Amino acid sequence: MATVYFDEATRRFTQNDPPAVDAVTLDIADGEFLVLVGPSGCGKSTTLRMLAGLEPVDGGRILIDGHDQKGVRPRDRDVAMVFQSYALYPNMTAAENMAFALRNFGVSKADADARVAEAAKILELEPLLDRKPGAMSGGQRQRVAMGRAIVRNPKVFCMDEPLSNLDAKLRVSTRSQIAGLQRRLGITTCYVTHDQVEAMTMGHRVAVLKDGKLQQVDTPEALYDRPVNAFVASFIGSPAIYLAEAAVRDGHATVHGLDLPIPRETAARAGSTVTIGLRPEAWEVVPEHTAQSVAVHVDLVEVLGSESFVYGHPVAGDEKDRITVKLDERTKIALGDVVHVRPEVERTHFFHTESGESLRA
Amino acid sequence: MSTHLQVSQGDRHRTPLMSVAGYAAMIVVVLVIAVPLFWILITSFKERQDIYVRPAQYWPSPATTDNYRDTVTSIPFPAYFRNSLIITALLAAAKITLGVLSAYALSLLRFPGRNLVFLVVIAALMVPNQITVISNYALIAQLGWRNTFQGIVIPLAGVAFGTFLMRNQFLSLPGEIIEAARLDGAGPMKLLWRVVMPMSWPTLVAFSLITVVNEWNEYLWPFLMSDNEKTAPLQVGLTLLQNNEGGNNWGPVMAGTVLTVLPILILFLFLQRQMIKGLTAGAVKS
Repeated sequence: MATVYFDEATRRFTQNDPPAVDAVTLDIADGEFLVLVGPSGCGKSTTLRMLAGLEPVDGGRILIDGHDQKGVRPRDRDVAMVFQSYALYPNMTAAENMAFALRNFGVSKADADARVAEAAKILELEPLLDRKPGAMSGGQRQRVAMGRAIVRNPKVFCMDEPLSNLDAKLRVSTRSQIAGLQRRLGITTCYVTHDQVEAMTMGHRVAVLKDGKLQQVDTPEALYDRPVNAFVASFIGSPAIYLAEAAVRDGHATVHGLDLPIPRETAARAGSTVTIGLRPEAWEVVPEHTAQSVAVHVDLVEVLGSESFVYGHPVAGDEKDRITVKLDERTKIALGDVVHVRPEVERTHFFHTESGESLRA
Repeated sequence: MSTHLQVSQGDRHRTPLMSVAGYAAMIVVVLVIAVPLFWILITSFKERQDIYVRPAQYWPSPATTDNYRDTVTSIPFPAYFRNSLIITALLAAAKITLGVLSAYALSLLRFPGRNLVFLVVIAALMVPNQITVISNYALIAQLGWRNTFQGIVIPLAGVAFGTFLMRNQFLSLPGEIIEAARLDGAGPMKLLWRVVMPMSWPTLVAFSLITVVNEWNEYLWPFLMSDNEKTAPLQVGLTLLQNNEGGNNWGPVMAGTVLTVLPILILFLFLQRQMIKGLTAGAVKS
């Protein structure tokens, strides 16, 4: 068990291009499950690989348990990694795959076998121990890869999109298994994903990256409720938040005929325009048009059973301007309808139009 | 749309003419290889006066094994055979070891000047053997290594082809598995033996087979280096046999040729299965 500290860690692949990981400073507590999330190419995998020692650190430093890892070889870091492809040794059985690291680190055969048996029990791998990866399903291989990491009882787990090769159903069940396992073992974990549902459901805290820069690190709830900028607001949350540029007049933001009062301290920071953000649940369907509502032409209705989402564009606005409204199960709306929706003022996010920064106090 | 369909169907179902042409080409290739082998085999069983007759005899009648007895008795055949085995074994072992180790260093270990070293190795591939023969001969003769195994083996043990082949194989392995092994505490040699080599068997078998065949058939250098049965391989022995027989008694020479080809043929039959197994395993790997 260990703490991990990224101190302005930077990785440049080429001198002239912007860094793939740009001065990331991040503190991971002992036993914490931290999720690194961001779109493709944001540097999240590179950040993880720097921690594992598979990528050099070109600037800043990375500390594990307070020790600078500069020049420390991957095998000497006591970090176990689960790869996206699982990277199992095809010539070894599941048991040999799991015992490989233990034997390399000088654990006796009997001890290694005992630890493999224990891990196999936890992961329900016992019937598969004598099978080679080629004879296993994707989910089984994934569990062997997990087993290979946990038998080592390392200081840090690094997981690089370990669920992305599983089918949707298996992904959901494995998600909770991994989260549960991590809480049980209490090993500091750094988990990379591009899937914000994984990020929100698994981590104690979530770090959002964009273009190699850390945007925000916080609990999933805080990221959702108090995003520091428009990027985090749009990345976290599914379906995505509705963002629109609104003109500011007399302390009100006006867009599509809506007139949203801006809180006084927020208004002080806003310029002549402001970007408003409204999540699907921040809208309410009203029976008829009012000064506070906007008419939306329904383009798509997604019924998910317990809830449904309406996707539409403002009748007065552009078709590309997409508003998503969450409905409860009782409200029935058909494709092509025009509905009137009213935003809840207190759930409205305000962002600076140019910088995208949140205008919250 | 219809043109597309026609084109794609045309690709899949060849016209009868194209099939015929394809088979005809295959038959020509098979004949080019098979006819000389067939002729060697039947000649080795013919009596001396039946070898040069018109019209040619396409089947030995009467068949005799005298040629084989002559071959084994007129030259010290077992000694040449033993020498061939020793030279091939030493050279194959040296080339496979050097090839695998150098390829491993040039693909998976990081050190300054790695690409330069690889370029030099590739450049060595482009220098024909015959060019280095004279200087090598001068050097080896000066060392007093004529008619010794080290004189035959050491100058031939350099390897560029194997380095090239195995390096490409190692580079084609999934990087994440190599990284996983590094994180799992595997040192360089363990990484090679436990992880890299087991995933590279088909290529290694192919490389080994090519090497063994090449070394078994090595002629020019052993011929320059040795002239007696202490060290000369079978190929040189065959030349001596041909000289002994005065250049016109082809029966024993053909019999000697058959005996020389046989070990490689047997080896090929065994390893071929291994090779194909390995190749198909690679093809269906997820």
